[in-house]
Amino acid sequence: MLNTLIDGLLRGNVYALGAVGISLVFGVMNVVNFAQFSFFGLGAMLAWFFVAQEGLPFWLALPLVLVICGALGLVINISVVRPLAKFLPLAAMLSTYAVSQILDNVSQISFGAQFRVFPQVLPTSNFHIGNMRFGTSDVVMLSITAVVMVVMSLFLKYGKIGKAIRATAQDQEAALQMGIPVGLVQHVSFVIASSLGGLAGVFIALYIGVANPTSGLDIGLTAFVAATLGGLGSLVGGVIGGFVLGILEAFGIYFFGDTSREIIVFVILIVVLIVRPGGLMGKVPLISTEPLTGTFLGKGRPLRMPRWVWPAAFVVGGVVIPLVASDYVLTTGTQVLIYAIIAAGFTVTAGQSGVLALGQAGPIAIGAYTSALVTMNLHFSFWAALPVAGLSAAIIASVLASPIWGVKGHYISIATLGLGVAIVAIIQLLEPQGIYNIPVPQWFGTVLSTPIAYYLIDFGVLVITLLVMWRIRRSHLGRVISAVGSDEVAALASGVRGRNYKALAFAISAFFAGVGGSLLAHQYTYIDPTMFTMLMSLLVVTIVIMGGVSLPYGAVVGSIILIGAMELLRFTPELRIIAYGLVLILVVRFRPGGILVRNS
Amino acid sequence: MTDLLALDDVNVYYGPFHALRGNTLTVGEGEIVSLLGGNASGKSTTMKTILGLIKVKSGTVHFAGEDVTHASTRHRVKAGIASVPEARRVFPQMTVDENLMAGAYTRSDRAGIAEDLERMRDRFPRLAERRRQEAGTLSGGEQQMLAFARALMSRPKLICMDEPTMGLAPKLVDQVLDEIVRINKELGVAVLFVEQQAELALSIASRGYVLATGEIVLKGTSNELLHNPQIQEAYLGKATQA
Repeated sequence: MLNTLIDGLLRGNVYALGAVGISLVFGVMNVVNFAQFSFFGLGAMLAWFFVAQEGLPFWLALPLVLVICGALGLVINISVVRPLAKFLPLAAMLSTYAVSQILDNVSQISFGAQFRVFPQVLPTSNFHIGNMRFGTSDVVMLSITAVVMVVMSLFLKYGKIGKAIRATAQDQEAALQMGIPVGLVQHVSFVIASSLGGLAGVFIALYIGVANPTSGLDIGLTAFVAATLGGLGSLVGGVIGGFVLGILEAFGIYFFGDTSREIIVFVILIVVLIVRPGGLMGKVPLISTEPLTGTFLGKGRPLRMPRWVWPAAFVVGGVVIPLVASDYVLTTGTQVLIYAIIAAGFTVTAGQSGVLALGQAGPIAIGAYTSALVTMNLHFSFWAALPVAGLSAAIIASVLASPIWGVKGHYISIATLGLGVAIVAIIQLLEPQGIYNIPVPQWFGTVLSTPIAYYLIDFGVLVITLLVMWRIRRSHLGRVISAVGSDEVAALASGVRGRNYKALAFAISAFFAGVGGSLLAHQYTYIDPTMFTMLMSLLVVTIVIMGGVSLPYGAVVGSIILIGAMELLRFTPELRIIAYGLVLILVVRFRPGGILVRNS
Repeated sequence: MTDLLALDDVNVYYGPFHALRGNTLTVGEGEIVSLLGGNASGKSTTMKTILGLIKVKSGTVHFAGEDVTHASTRHRVKAGIASVPEARRVFPQMTVDENLMAGAYTRSDRAGIAEDLERMRDRFPRLAERRRQEAGTLSGGEQQMLAFARALMSRPKLICMDEPTMGLAPKLVDQVLDEIVRINKELGVAVLFVEQQAELALSIASRGYVLATGEIVLKGTSNELLHNPQIQEAYLGKATQA
């Protein structure tokens, strides 16, 4: 029991450091910084490099890691985040995600992708008190964190820049008017946050004993949840959130096993957000500052499409490509089409209702599993399983999401992110093995398993999806959903219950996500939970943002670029994700409303 | 009287929207000038332009003889422009003292800052009583005094006030206007302030400018403006005689 507590404290330690960094940057920039995730992995790898490869003593390696991470943070802020944060916090958030992709991959190329054994620099179990076992290493980690936290709070309380950081976090505009150099404050915050991330990374390596460039994502997500639990922007909250989460997680694993980890984390998140929508220490976010919801609305106008574009696109996509394209192109095409279906369905949630849900992998997975199970166990045909998959995704995702619609601002995105991860974690618990030999589609006895058949099926579904989305947008319902998205308070004042319509929009999007999942399952003929990651969710989000967040046909364009063009880079898999990150940064930089949306 | 602040033919755009249209405006040393106008007439934009929070497209801004058209806000605060933002905007989770120190951010003379902090406590006894209290817990009137004191902490030559009486009870409005006069008389600080109630504004200002859709449509001494029939019709609620 006490060992579990120590385990919890050590986990909490790492989460607290990460959460404070995330909260700090959020406070002064109003940006959710996904790049922070990468610093965990990077810190661990740099420490491994200096200690195991270069043979430096740990006490020299530690400050080196902090300095490198801090400097890198500064570069990221100057080159990417700050230029975007000034006009669009959402774009900045996406660009931090792109940066984190780039960092992880650069780290993989530099250090190799394999797990590295981190040398035991300090004894790990040299103390025994009763049943408790712990080591100098644990004591040192907790002491360093304690010192860092005390220094941080003194700095924020009494330091000139520290006070400026607090003033900026509370009221950036007023701080500017006092002559406080907000830019400098943001740089300093970013450097501190990145160093803390690096420190947390070193601790991960010390604690687990192995280091890997991508180990940041899992821990980053949890640290992010910890920051949210405490209340984004609240540093005390970050520390409390980190330790609470670490301890609950340790006990959860002790009682329910390691596979339940993600479920525990995100159930805690969702419960806290429902009970205290602003986090444990934070205040309920003001409705006037909801940067994640509706930031893209009203910005810019969609490009006007000449009428001939639609039949032309139909002929090219449905006739020309199937006739002339090679199997390879058609296979890539099926991926493009499936993501276009999912993303087009998602525009009603992200674009119209203004909820940037970050967990679409959840409903996609539900659709895929439903379709696989009903065709295999209940002997449904593929054609019947397809709508059933959509319906079950819509129903299950809606039931699970039903408590979160009262949550506001950034928090609703975070809650949906948690939902997506939790859904996949539940599936992993129920079906850990994955499903093989999922039947391929048939048409009156003819097996449709050629690339061209898949392509045409997906194309047909996409056309139907776009027609449905177009019809919804033109309907009364569509206009009400848009009204809720552009100004929820005004909509409420007109008698529209916003949360119901947000839930409905989410259900519609989940339906198409489920359909997409079903198509994926029957084409791969194999599925397992590791396919439905947060990366998949974020891919869906970036596709709609790429094309213009409220334009269903924009999702097609976004999908062609992000899935199709990235396929061209397959010959160099490492550089592929870096290129993906760069494309994303360039798009949000120069077309923050999406490629098909002219800047206003 | 020499001009402390001079805006010359200033044009400001928000994207395609022409927010300030060739405005020329001056504030003399130790003068109180009021800025009048309806909603969205460009009053706040003028204030933000003077503080360097918005870039000007063309025209110049001079302060104390220096061209500050492209200077940073920080530079302008150092040069002597202070701000009392719209809706006060005190830092709610910082103490009263910390708020005052934030006003002195651009200064580095420790002794002088400590001295001014003392002065502010003498000047605003309520703030002295509540020095360790979080500013967010103060009443509206107290927050307004804190915003004044915070502005004075930078030892300004000019304070720009964006609707200092907004949201205050009528009795407090008088207090705030009295305080503006007192700051002006005793410290010789020039004041440029935005006010919705023209009669009140002109009662303490020596001159005024009237903005409409981004353009200065009228200017003059307070007396002239008070007796201008257009002003009377638009702001003072007196119907013009047919």
